[in-house]
Amino acid sequence: MTTTIDTHLIARPREACLPSPPGFLADTWNVMVRELRPVLREPASVLFAMVQPLVFLGLFAPLLPEVESGSALQWFVPGIIAMTALMGASFTGANLTQEIVSGSHERLLVSPLSRSSLLVGRSLKEVVPMLMQAAIIVAVVTPFSFDLHLAHVLVGVVVLAGFSIGVGALSFALALAAKDQDWLFWTVQQTLIFPLLLLAGVLLPLEGAPGWLRLASDLNPLTYVVRAERALFAGTFPVDTVGSGVIASAVVAAFGLLVGLRAMRASG
Amino acid sequence: MNSSSAPHRQPVIRTQGLTRRFTRQKKSVEAVRGLDLEVGDGELVAFLGPNGAGKSTTLRMLTTLIEPTSGTAHVAGHDVVRERRQVRRSIGYVGQGNAAGHQQRGRDELVSQGRAFGLSRAAAYARAEELLDAFDLTDQAMRPVSTLSGGQRRRLDVAIGLVHTPRLLFLDEPSTGLDPQNRANLQEQIRRLHDEQGTTIVLTTHYLEEADAIADRVVVIDHGRVIADDTATALKAGLGDLVTLSFADEAAAVLAAEGATWALGDGARVERLGTTVRTRAAGAANRVARFVTDLDAAGAPVSRVEVSGATLDDVFLELTGRSLRENDHTTSEGAAA
Repeated sequence: MTTTIDTHLIARPREACLPSPPGFLADTWNVMVRELRPVLREPASVLFAMVQPLVFLGLFAPLLPEVESGSALQWFVPGIIAMTALMGASFTGANLTQEIVSGSHERLLVSPLSRSSLLVGRSLKEVVPMLMQAAIIVAVVTPFSFDLHLAHVLVGVVVLAGFSIGVGALSFALALAAKDQDWLFWTVQQTLIFPLLLLAGVLLPLEGAPGWLRLASDLNPLTYVVRAERALFAGTFPVDTVGSGVIASAVVAAFGLLVGLRAMRASG
Repeated sequence: MNSSSAPHRQPVIRTQGLTRRFTRQKKSVEAVRGLDLEVGDGELVAFLGPNGAGKSTTLRMLTTLIEPTSGTAHVAGHDVVRERRQVRRSIGYVGQGNAAGHQQRGRDELVSQGRAFGLSRAAAYARAEELLDAFDLTDQAMRPVSTLSGGQRRRLDVAIGLVHTPRLLFLDEPSTGLDPQNRANLQEQIRRLHDEQGTTIVLTTHYLEEADAIADRVVVIDHGRVIADDTATALKAGLGDLVTLSFADEAAAVLAAEGATWALGDGARVERLGTTVRTRAAGAANRVARFVTDLDAAGAPVSRVEVSGATLDDVFLELTGRSLRENDHTTSEGAAA
């Protein structure tokens, strides 16, 4: 083939009839709404990530001794809500794995949606199931020895929102790295999740723990989030504790989105 | 290699030296080797070749899913590496997998695809209804995609690829995994899209019948290279008809083999196996009746006649020595003979 034709002479399709391209925010919103639709059409799906936290709530919480400052449930529930947020957000990459295998992720990659909106929209969506799950847990425990401080709890879920977004983004990055090997995704996810939970003192307090364990706990951002949640759920507002929780949550969100964006851009 | 059917139309796809190399287990494999191709506005082109020939890799480069190792490609006037977003806005793509997420509902996916291309909410919903209706999916619109049948899912895939009414549509193995009836339906829909809307369509297939039935132009790809590029009719005509004559005795067959060279067409290729004579020549089908009468008069009566037009498989066999119908690695009997 020897004919040389200038690029600009190559026929362009009727692009003129297409509306102007949506920007990053519209793309992100579109991706988030798409991710939310299955959740809203089948709200019971949020229970999936709650099975383990509810088991701990039902079978572990009653074993806790009463503490001086209040009921054990008051202390335990915020940790369980944080655990649910971690579970839900870290599972979420499995949906992406499924979409990579089935082909719908490929279709989104060929669409004009920007790579960053594909990641950010998906990650932002994690806030909604987290809110639904937190509401279910609070509703379940309120009839028992648990005092609901609604305003404080609302601040608590705002703190958790950043954490959920960050963990969700990391979960997507893991799914993108694992590509179509879902065993790899689950192995890494399961290996990381329980050390994170135990080191954050979700199940048992770490006050009496050996020094190395407390050091590891201090390096775990979830520790600060859980501490902030406990203070808030108790109806108190210690600025330093809540502040550390907000910072830890923001760090997780920023780090997660950064890693997730790199993974999504590298994926093609 | 000659693409005489392409250049008189303005090209919407143009590649120059398009190459893609993969590294697998430290070995470099060239999936596509220096592809030069032009596809004109309004063409319906099939990339035909065995699995692993490089058809899908080519399509994935043209649709911005993977970057070329070297060479260039322009799609709808945009460079596939430097202007990916513009390319994506200009094309429709139906991949090998399912376009709709399995947890999603069909209508939701059509709407979000429309929104991704910048349609307003109302326009996206209206377009979704239009496509659900056109692809006979209205009853399945609100069912989870995972519960749809294979044929319904494939129709939904194509519908999603058409949401923004692209002028250029890529389909990667569109009918793989479909039963014959669904395959025929899909082929008819693709054909209609081309005939009625003038959409330029590029599809890959390893089904000969599919390339033969719907494509105006067949680009035969093998080992990452274009080995033939023409209309299916021209490709087959170039090869000619196959005439097989059987005789009662070998003497008659020898006589027929000598006569066939000139009687059945110029450049006829003749081979004799015992009492059977096989001749391939352009236009042989038209001359065989006369030849049989002549042979009879010459005292060499024909006991059996078989005439078959060339198939695309014959074309592929002729070009590569392998049959497309067989496994990539088996050499067919025809090639050995």
